[in-house]
Amino acid sequence: MTASLAIYSGLKHAGIDFAVSVPCVNLQELLVLVEEDPDIIHLPATREEEGVGLCAGAWMGGRRPALLMQNSGLGNCINALASLDMLYGIPLLMIISHRGGKGEPIAGQVPMGDLTIPLLQTLNIPYKTPARGEGEEAVVASWKEARERRRPASVLLDLEYWRER
Amino acid sequence: MRRIEAIALAAKSAQERNALLISNIGYPSRELYSVHDRPENFYMLGSMGMASSIGLGLALARPERRVMVLDGDGSVLMNLGTLATIAQHAPDNYLLVILDNGCYGSTGSQPTCTCYSTDLAAVARGAGIRNVQKTDDPEGLSRALQGQGVVVARVEAGNASVPVIDLLPEEIIKRFIRSIQPAGSS
Repeated sequence: MTASLAIYSGLKHAGIDFAVSVPCVNLQELLVLVEEDPDIIHLPATREEEGVGLCAGAWMGGRRPALLMQNSGLGNCINALASLDMLYGIPLLMIISHRGGKGEPIAGQVPMGDLTIPLLQTLNIPYKTPARGEGEEAVVASWKEARERRRPASVLLDLEYWRER
Repeated sequence: MRRIEAIALAAKSAQERNALLISNIGYPSRELYSVHDRPENFYMLGSMGMASSIGLGLALARPERRVMVLDGDGSVLMNLGTLATIAQHAPDNYLLVILDNGCYGSTGSQPTCTCYSTDLAAVARGAGIRNVQKTDDPEGLSRALQGQGVVVARVEAGNASVPVIDLLPEEIIKRFIRSIQPAGSS
């Protein structure tokens, strides 16, 4: 199974039926899979924080939401994650392409790359960092955790996860 | 038109159409709570800028149910991309009411850009929203509240003297979600 198919398969097994995305080059195959799935409502958002709001409304309406984004977008989401999702107890699955780590060619990705895990830890948002082959399972487990604890949970997919073999 | 009058008209319309009503942070939610509290009101106590997005997600999740949003000029300016996203999806069951008082009313009435040169109705049209109405009186607002898309209602600056909302966030969301359940389910 390809890296993208594993995540898509995890979303399907978790019953995710509402997805909001802001693209990352590493998410491009996944975004096509989600867009073409007739059982998933998919909205491209203009900014990641907007996605937190869209997903919160969808959850209140009975959907199972996921936000697909790059880790640069985590910084754009923080107030809404805290003062909407955490305040009201709203679950959210975040699928995050984690740029800026080992092998990152773009200098601009490095600052948020370094800050991503510390930010999640500060927010007390659980994160999983699956290796290739563990993506599907990590997505299913993260949604379960988000739903049971009624708060955001995340899956971080670093450059090594996406590396072509 | 005072904002609390506009909010009372929107609440009446929501009641008549059994609509879900998302209301903005700060005094607008407090004014709504004081004039017409109902379980179908979601009082957004934080996350400034997110009301229109919450409403859009809800409207797409529940296409059979009418969803109205009470937002403000400062909040829409903070999440201006929402207008483009609304335009792209434009569900029939969604109405965004922007109560434009030209200022950040809950923080001391500092002016927003709509006080000077920004026309949010023009921005909404430019974003691609086809159904955009503009009004500054109760009759016009009452008519516009029957529609879909975006309404920009000019209201006076200033807050009504109303207390803070004495519901916990978990109570607000619990009764709101219960009110969305289709009849017969539990």
